[in-house]
Amino acid sequence: MEYPEQEVVTTSLPKPAALQQSGAPAPDVAGATVFDTRNVSIYYGSFRAVTDVSLTIYENDITAFIGPSGCGKTTVLRTLNRMNDLVEGARVEGDVEYRGAALYAPGVSPTAVRRRIGMVFQKPNPFPKSIYDNVAYGPRINGEHKKGRLDEIVERSLRQAALWDEVKNRLNKSGLGLSGGQAQRLCIARTLAVQPDVVLMDEPCSALDPIATGKIEDLMREIKSEYTIVIVTHNMQQATRVSDRTAFYSVLRDEQNDTRTGVLVEYGTTQQIFEDPADPRTQAYVTGRVG
Amino acid sequence: MSAVTRVDPAVPAGSTRALSARRPLGDRSFQILTLAAGLLVLVILVLIAITTSQQATSWFSAEGLKIFTNNWNPGANQFGGLAFIYGTAITAAIALIMAVPVSIGVALLLTEVVPPRWARPIVYVVDLLAVVPSVVWGLWGILVFAPWLQHIYTSIASGVGGVPVLGPLFGQPVDGASFFTAGIILAFMITPIVTSLSREVIATVPAIDKEGAYALGATRWEMITGAVWPHSQGGVVGAVLLGLGRAMGETIAVALVIGSSPEITSHLFAPGYNMPAVIANQFGESSGVFRAGLMGLGVLLFVFTIIINVVARGVVQRNARRKRGA
Amino acid sequence: MAAVTAEPQKGELREPAGWRRTKNRIATALMVLSFVVVIIPLGFVLYTVIAKGASVVGWSFWTSGTIPSIVAPLGEGGIGAAIVGTVEIVALASVIAVPLGVLGAVYINEYGGNRILARIVRFMADVMTGVPSIVMGLFIFSIWVVHFGTNGFSGLAGAFALACLMLPIVIRSSEEMLKLVPNSLREGSYALGATKARVTMTVVLPAAIGGIVSGALLAVARAAGETAPLLFTILGAQSLNWNVFHGANTALPFLIFSNASQPYVGAEARGWGAALTLIAICFILMIVARLVTARFARYAR
Repeated sequence: MEYPEQEVVTTSLPKPAALQQSGAPAPDVAGATVFDTRNVSIYYGSFRAVTDVSLTIYENDITAFIGPSGCGKTTVLRTLNRMNDLVEGARVEGDVEYRGAALYAPGVSPTAVRRRIGMVFQKPNPFPKSIYDNVAYGPRINGEHKKGRLDEIVERSLRQAALWDEVKNRLNKSGLGLSGGQAQRLCIARTLAVQPDVVLMDEPCSALDPIATGKIEDLMREIKSEYTIVIVTHNMQQATRVSDRTAFYSVLRDEQNDTRTGVLVEYGTTQQIFEDPADPRTQAYVTGRVG
Repeated sequence: MSAVTRVDPAVPAGSTRALSARRPLGDRSFQILTLAAGLLVLVILVLIAITTSQQATSWFSAEGLKIFTNNWNPGANQFGGLAFIYGTAITAAIALIMAVPVSIGVALLLTEVVPPRWARPIVYVVDLLAVVPSVVWGLWGILVFAPWLQHIYTSIASGVGGVPVLGPLFGQPVDGASFFTAGIILAFMITPIVTSLSREVIATVPAIDKEGAYALGATRWEMITGAVWPHSQGGVVGAVLLGLGRAMGETIAVALVIGSSPEITSHLFAPGYNMPAVIANQFGESSGVFRAGLMGLGVLLFVFTIIINVVARGVVQRNARRKRGA
Repeated sequence: MAAVTAEPQKGELREPAGWRRTKNRIATALMVLSFVVVIIPLGFVLYTVIAKGASVVGWSFWTSGTIPSIVAPLGEGGIGAAIVGTVEIVALASVIAVPLGVLGAVYINEYGGNRILARIVRFMADVMTGVPSIVMGLFIFSIWVVHFGTNGFSGLAGAFALACLMLPIVIRSSEEMLKLVPNSLREGSYALGATKARVTMTVVLPAAIGGIVSGALLAVARAAGETAPLLFTILGAQSLNWNVFHGANTALPFLIFSNASQPYVGAEARGWGAALTLIAICFILMIVARLVTARFARYAR
């Protein structure tokens, strides 16, 4: 796949008029649909890990998945970029659509999917290569080899990740030598370097200190206008700080078989979920009584 | 922050065109290549069995079951190979009797006794033992070690002359190049592998069990017999079997020091012969049924070592699995 | 000493008395003795080889292209042909065995997973490490050399035999190294849209390369010291043969073996010189392997 020389400016649908006028996000007005899941259940072998998830992710939103441990939020996240394919025996039932196209249709290439839908992991995982090579890795495997272009891409991505000033003089040093927060921003830069459409984040700050966490949350707000972000987080304050919409998951316990299955309890604007939840389970969780 | 400048990621609704792509040819070929490389192992093993047996058929057909008689006389066209099988067994036994206690001792020393800082140099020394090539052991063996041992053998032999059990074992005839010398050198050579494998096995004993024993006031030796040994005995047996396989197959050192005399005798200080040694020494001048016979001994050796190795690896794996609680 | 009461006194902290303590000490002594028993023959061999070989080796000894006849006195000719033979045959064997071994390890660890075929391959690779080297020599003789009559003997045949010996060793050691690469690196690469082959070639193998190289060097050291596989494949030569693909060849272990059983003083001395050379080569390879491991460990942190 050729890395694009020409960059085309476009989005698929114009923003709704209400948003254009006020500038402030009108909570109930959504942008274009990026993901649409309908009755999705995820199995590992015969074990049903997540059941019946139906929600819609909108363009340029930051959507948070919250919930107690084991409720399947990471599983659902990984389904969105077909990372679950890497687990033997993983299976998805139901419909997952990305911008109108079925993500799990036969003939869909997982690698093509992942080039559009990137992922940042819980524990920063820079490659044992130089900082430059870490960021240039994605473009290189997409066919971009011109030094000039790569230099541009590396700088732009590191700037977007708010890391450029800290590493610009040591781009050829190993990525392993960075602190936790820097390493995670390096991983974000690496993800942004291929200019995906969506960035999925799996508890990106859980291994970081509060200052590093703050930097990453600032970063998310900065890049949100160009990307759609879905973030799994354990930290409810983080969800309220950064997200536009929140999905609350919980656990269904099957006493007979001693299994736990994740289930989507409620999904709405962050304001609504935290201030006026419809489901009592949601209320119990966000007020800290449970989970 | 740069303005939005990127390729339209939108896919026309309902179309999966841009998302689908056939799996790149390079990816598929790579997978096939790795599979082929892995299968090569199996292919080679099967080919070894087939091709060497083919070369040995004239021996099998000429001698039939007589290959297991002690009747090796190329001049008279007789090729019974029992003497070599006997020699292989005897030298391997001698090697194991000497090497196993030493190897286990060193393994225990490394895992239980010495502080970690000292473990590295000790491991280096054991590894050095492994790096000495077989032919150098043989050279030193025949030119230096055997003559020296001959004096010792002679003294022992004169001492045990008429004694019931020791006499037939250690009495005359005596030669520096003999079963026993070969056994000793084999012991030197298999010690590294038995040590390193035993060490791996012993190191997987859970610390909890060891601490439990100490907490009850056990001495180190009591802890070893009580906590370490029960956990690792299976694995150590496996390590010993692997040493046995190695001892049976080791060729050049044995060929030089064993004495080259196809005899079945209880006298360990007497010259003898074993399978790999006779193949190495006489292959060059052999032809026809003679050569087929040597090849056939090679086939027997292959079969024996495969069986021993399969059992050994199976034992080690089972011990590891049981310990994991599977 | 205080009177000993029937019950052990509180705070009694002396070591267990008598026989238990003695047994423990004997055990420890035996373990140390085992190590001493290991050092003695090693020291003995190294000392002898160095002592007897040092006076023999030298520039002309190493570079002389003609191997003198057995009866020739010391000073004539040298082992250059054998050194070149060893280098070219072992190099060829490595070129064959190392890439195949690494690919086999990649199959077992990256593609095979828990499938039954991968488990069989791993098990049989382990078993194959125990096949005697003489069998490898007989194998190549049967499958390759016999088909060409007397032309079958060559450095290439010897390299095949050594490669069969090295292959399972490289597979197993490479596989251990690949297992050590954390899965998070693979995931990071997949998430950027890499195919499995790309992930393996661009992230996994580079991450494991130090350990793989070190393991390969140890396999090379092992191959360099082997004699039996060469006995049936290279025939032995008295002069330098630069062509590893054609014609009889010789190698250091081969030369030592030929000389070891000869009663002539010159042959014996040359044997010691060759032995010293061979041990030096093997030791150097082992030391380089250790250095690579150490450097790799530092970089991975």
